[in-house]
This record gives sequence, C-alpha cells and structure tokens, in this order.
Amino acid sequence: MGRRTPLYDLHVGLNARMVDFGGWDMPVNYGSQIEEHHAVRRDAGVFDVSHMCVIDARGPRVREFLSKLVANDVAKLTTSGKALYSCMLNEAGGVIDDLIIYFLDEAFFRIVVNAGTRDKDLAWMRKVAAPFAVELTERTDLAMLAVQGPNARDRVAELLPGEHRTAALALDVFFGRQVGHWFVARTGYTGEDGFEIMLPADEAPGVWRALNARGVKSAGLGARDTLRLEAAMNLYGNDMDESQNPLESGLAWTVSFDNPARDFIGRKALETLKAAGLKKKFVALLLEGRGVLRGHQKVVAAAGEGAGEIGEITSGTFSPTMEKSIALARISRDSGATVQVDVRGKLLNARVVKAPFVRKGQVLVS
Amino acid sequence: MSNIPADLKYTKSHEWVRTLANGTVEIGITDHAQGALGDLVFVEVPEAGKTLKAGDAFAVVESVKAASDVYAPIAGSVVEGNPSLSGAPELINSEPYGAGWIARMKPNGAPAGLLSAAEYQAHLATEG
Repeated sequence: MGRRTPLYDLHVGLNARMVDFGGWDMPVNYGSQIEEHHAVRRDAGVFDVSHMCVIDARGPRVREFLSKLVANDVAKLTTSGKALYSCMLNEAGGVIDDLIIYFLDEAFFRIVVNAGTRDKDLAWMRKVAAPFAVELTERTDLAMLAVQGPNARDRVAELLPGEHRTAALALDVFFGRQVGHWFVARTGYTGEDGFEIMLPADEAPGVWRALNARGVKSAGLGARDTLRLEAAMNLYGNDMDESQNPLESGLAWTVSFDNPARDFIGRKALETLKAAGLKKKFVALLLEGRGVLRGHQKVVAAAGEGAGEIGEITSGTFSPTMEKSIALARISRDSGATVQVDVRGKLLNARVVKAPFVRKGQVLVS
Repeated sequence: MSNIPADLKYTKSHEWVRTLANGTVEIGITDHAQGALGDLVFVEVPEAGKTLKAGDAFAVVESVKAASDVYAPIAGSVVEGNPSLSGAPELINSEPYGAGWIARMKPNGAPAGLLSAAEYQAHLATEG
C-alpha cells in the first residue's frame, strides 16, 4: 500500500482508477481520461496534487539560502506573493528537482517540490540550509488542489466569502497569497488559467465536492500528463533528472547567469559545459502519421541524412486536443527539422515544432 | 466490478471469444482490459487471410497510456478485422463485447484451452 492523500477515500468513492505514483496511491482517471482533459481545456477540472511537498523556509537569511540553492535567481522576486520556477542542481549541474518558490516576506518563502523526490530534496535542502540557519518545515497538514481551466477561477471564487473572493480574483498570473486560511496561487501545470490551492487537509474533500457540484470535473493524473505535455511543460524523472543538465532539457530559460557574483550550486559545471559546447537540444516533436510516441523511443536522423540514432523521446503521448501524437525529445544539437522515431519497430516521420503545442485552449502548432 | 458475459470464452491475456452461427469466431478484449488501458486512441487490426497460431500477437491496441498487443486466442485464419475501429477506436471502451470487436477468425479445429466466464473471473481475482 502506498501513501495516501487526505482525498484518498473521496477518489475511491468516485470510482477512480488508483495507481502508484512515486510511492503514492493516486487517481489516474475517474472514467474517461480524454473527457477529463477536454473539461480542463474547455471549462474546469480539479486535480488532487496533495502528494506534492510544501516546504516553508523561514529565517532572516532565507533569500541568501535560495540564491545558493536554485539555478534561477530569487532576486527576481521583489513583490510579495510572486512565484519563481527553477531547478535545484547538484555540483555537476544535474537536476535534483524542479520546484516553485513563492516569496511571501524577507523571512518567509514557500517552496513546492515533487512527490517522488521529497525525501532526497529535503535532505539536500537541509544540508545547503545549515550555514544560513534557515528553518525548513514540511507542511504535511496541508492538502493541495489544482483547479484548472478557463472557468476554474470563477468556480473557486464562488466558494469564497466576498472579501476573499475579491482577493483571489485579483491575483496576477504566477502570484500566490493567503486568502483566509487557504493559500491561493494563480499557477498550474496544464497551460490553462486556474488556481492551485493549499488548504487544511480536513477541508479538502468538502471543497472538492463543492467544486464538483458547480460543474468542475474530477480529473486524474492521466489528464494532468496529457495537458502538461500539450503545454510542453517538463516532468521531472522523464524529461530531466540528475544525469541531465537544465540547458539540454529545455530549461535554459530558468537558469540565471546574470549576476556574476551569485555562486549557485551547479553554476561552475554549467559554465564548463557551455564553454565546451552543448551537444544536445531539447525539442518538441509532432508525429506526422498514425501511432503514439512514448518515452524512451529512439530518435534517428531523417531518411537520407545518415546520422543514425540522434537521441531519445523523454515524454510522449496522444494529444486529445490535436488528435495527434506529440512528444518532447533530447536530440543532437545539429539535427534537422524532421526526424524519425522508432515506434514499436517502425520508423515514423516526426517534425520538430515550436513549443508549446496547446495553450489556453488554442492549438499553436500547424 | 468489470462485466464478464457468461456466454463467452476468455484467455488469461484478456481476450474474449464468441462462436458465431456460421462457425467463425469473433474476438475482442475484455471490459477489464479496456478499463486498465484507458481511452483507446489507435487500433491496428489484422488483415484478412492472415494465418495465426494460438498466442500470436495479431492486433495492437494503443491507449493514451500504453500500447498493448492482442493475442490470437485460437489457431486459424483471419476472416476480417473490424473496419470501424480505425475511425472509432473508442468503440472498444464503450462496447468491448459488441461493436468494439477486433477480428473474426475461421478456427483451425475446435478452440481449446479457453477459460469460462467463471474461470476468467477467478483469474482476474488472482491478478489482484
């Protein structure tokens, strides 16, 4: 038996198909995964993301600690509530995890890390935090719901009393704030607008049912994966891990070299890699014909280019919005605009396209 | 939980077999199998005339989650693959024992080694 979130009984009661995800018993779908996907693109869906780990970092030197810990620069966080997406690297420049940091005040930042990496993340963070006397507290008392879709914010707002409703709806994109005893953030992992809500665990089932009653569809990890892939958002453990650096994982935009004096962990290794010249690039692929791209399938050069194997799919799926297969892949930096993928023994043509595939209900790739 | 019609025969690899009036057999995947796979998005059905041994992989069902082979429950030759599945793979999800059939075969002799509904039910229980 895996670990259970405060919503486990509710999922079982909703006839969810439960699967192991990073040691947690989580709902993969409640019926049709594709219907859940469409509900999020067209209306609103709610996901249980309570398996993710919320860590409060407190102390007068917490900004200094984070400046060392992560590859993006927390100096960008100047307004209370602002969030920052970043990787946490090891000395070799490999990705220990990706995370979100909310700046609340100079002595209080909130960090959200992945479920499957929580133990190693905490051990690493505690080691790095020690010289800065930063106190790290796991918020196991909180559940987390992601309510996503064009109508998601309005549906959540209906559950809030007047002043809190106004505060929640006033949040800018990628900001979070305390709203009563909920922490509400305008963030997500679907390419749609919406909120992620951290709330006391015992309130979560009631809020879920109230959202269902307002037409917000229960959505599982299956739909979460197809939505994030359409939005070309990386998944830790598939698209990057400790053996890969962010620069060859499509995450160069999250690494800040701007301040030459900032000695974040992994900086030296990344600078050495850059000086030597990166070998791989991270691309979005669209399959031309029938079939489904999947993680670990081999990518080879287009027919006639003769370069053989050039890389690997890191995540692939069938896009319910486009009704085509899409993927993220790490391939040779010098490869061309079309490639072939070994799909169950057959070489199928795929085209390198600009990410994301879908955002805010619109297909962006032709 | 999952639906297991009493009048069909089954395999441990989750195919079902229906003997039709003209002696040919119709083959599909069970309700349990379609539920485990999730929404089907592509199906590759076998071509008519193909000769198969029992246990040969003869079709591919691909869901949002994974691709799986479908195995011939009996020896024989393929009469036809279900032509509706290329445009509507979801028929396997909605009607696994009806419009979602995958192929029809002419058996080579009497089908052997198949499970009854009760035996298949017991097999599912052992798989947890």
